[in-house]
Amino acid sequence: MPDTILVVVEQREGKLSRVSWETITAGQAIAAATGWTLEAAVVGGNASAFAAEVAAKKVAKVYAVESPKLEPYTPDAFAAALKQLLTAKQPKLVLMPHTYQVRDFVPKLATAMGRAVISDCIGFKHEDGKLLFTRQMFQGKLAADVSFNSDAPWFATFQNGAFRGDKAEDGASPAPIETVAADIADGVIRNKPQEVFKEAKQAVDLTQAEVIVAVGRGIKEQKNIEIAKQLADALGADLAASRPICDNGWLPMDRQIGSSGQTVAPKVYLALGISGAIQHIVGMKGSRTIIAVNKDSEAPIFEIADYAIIGNLFDIVPPLTEEVKKVKAGS
Amino acid sequence: MKILVCMKQVPQKDAPLKLNETAAWIREDVSYEVNEPDAFALEEALRQREKHKGEVVVITSGPARSQQVLREALAKGADRAIHLEDNAFVGLDAFNTANAFAAAIKDEQFDLIFTGLQSDDYGYAQTGVILAELLGWPHATIIMQIEKNETGIRVKRELEAGFFQFVDMPLPAVLTIQSGINKLRYATLIGIKQAKNKPIRKVALAEVQSAIGENLQKIERLYVPQKTKKTEHIEGSPAEIAKKLVDKLRNELRVL
Repeated sequence: MPDTILVVVEQREGKLSRVSWETITAGQAIAAATGWTLEAAVVGGNASAFAAEVAAKKVAKVYAVESPKLEPYTPDAFAAALKQLLTAKQPKLVLMPHTYQVRDFVPKLATAMGRAVISDCIGFKHEDGKLLFTRQMFQGKLAADVSFNSDAPWFATFQNGAFRGDKAEDGASPAPIETVAADIADGVIRNKPQEVFKEAKQAVDLTQAEVIVAVGRGIKEQKNIEIAKQLADALGADLAASRPICDNGWLPMDRQIGSSGQTVAPKVYLALGISGAIQHIVGMKGSRTIIAVNKDSEAPIFEIADYAIIGNLFDIVPPLTEEVKKVKAGS
Repeated sequence: MKILVCMKQVPQKDAPLKLNETAAWIREDVSYEVNEPDAFALEEALRQREKHKGEVVVITSGPARSQQVLREALAKGADRAIHLEDNAFVGLDAFNTANAFAAAIKDEQFDLIFTGLQSDDYGYAQTGVILAELLGWPHATIIMQIEKNETGIRVKRELEAGFFQFVDMPLPAVLTIQSGINKLRYATLIGIKQAKNKPIRKVALAEVQSAIGENLQKIERLYVPQKTKKTEHIEGSPAEIAKKLVDKLRNELRVL
């Protein structure tokens, strides 16, 4: 039997997550490089409902892993159901998106099988028959190529945005769907999740913003936020921040950009004193133009910046605000 | 409530990193600090102890330098510490680190184990969940609130895109703590003084060696990431930079 790659897509709240298609694209790329067969799995109370959508993609087969006990999501049920599937089907490589849900269960699943997860990968390499997974380390300052040092199954998760979901190839004809009933014994599930909710209405929708001025740790003190606010006001931009700023209460949580906040794609993103930790980058790397101001020339934000200004934001920003005002007044 | 907090020493956020001669790890002569989410995990444990009595124990693994993390935690109010002390612990993957921790605490009886949600160095975000599985305990990740109730605890999980969820779970359990769950305290002078008399149990590599195997994942090489974008540097005095940037905003990016 040829080696198999299994992509486990994610469905939440009755929808396939967008990142699922990115992981399919990753799976198709690895299949093309290795010659391995690509299959996919959907897991949930009503997984069959999503299977056809996945089966339209270029995959050899789709498993719909079902049990009423998979709804609502719990790590106990998901790990149990997937362990059964993987033990029966024995894929070589299991790929998932690096979502909060996957982070919650995949280390448990792998450990239950005595295996490891290379998590939060941004790409792969296939060198002399060896598969390497690239991931960021030290908050994105360095990258590492990591290999598996164990028997299959190997587990890897891909970071949001690592591959393009719209590049997932369709199949010539729909892939066959196999429904698998997961057998989850009573007592396996220990957590009792309540309804998912959104904290007090999000007052600020940054996803539609054309220009965003975002501040990070470099702003140092709450009172300095004003410096960024004045620039934002002058530009007619929305003010946003990286997580530590909101954690400190210097700006409300609904102005937070990143994996735990909003994901934005403005025309211009001005990052002031933001080092560019992965958790922030995933929320703004889709911006059309990124301008970064940071005194640390090695800050990872400069890896993705279109315009780099290496300097102290307290020196750079006030004259910039004045210049913007001047130009606006003149137009 | 008896709570264990797993903590890690990581390079300081703005520390310039250089590769060592293996090109698979960094040169270790940099400044270190407490992994940020771990500091929030410790704070939460101290707050839970203030509410429900009990004990807060902190654990870390790494060479002698990493004892600093434990010292700081003891100064902030942790009762005692466990130090798996050996340089070899730095290179362990999450699976082996969790195994080493599980072996080091096998004679302890905790109600809760906290970890930060991920580390600023490896960033695997796995050790806490793996530890739960090794102990056979339930877990919940990315926690923003913890309330004790009659049957166990109710925790608030952070989901993506501003969503949250409460989860009821029995004890003992492992929780991975999100940054910002609370406000961090500073160590007081008296706390720093008292910390000197608090016990740190040292665990040698040999004591947990049987629980550790070969790493299941191997860093083949570490490198400065290749740039994917062409970056234009804007240089000059602040006034010149302002002029150049406004010109770009107006004439190229057309947002002014």
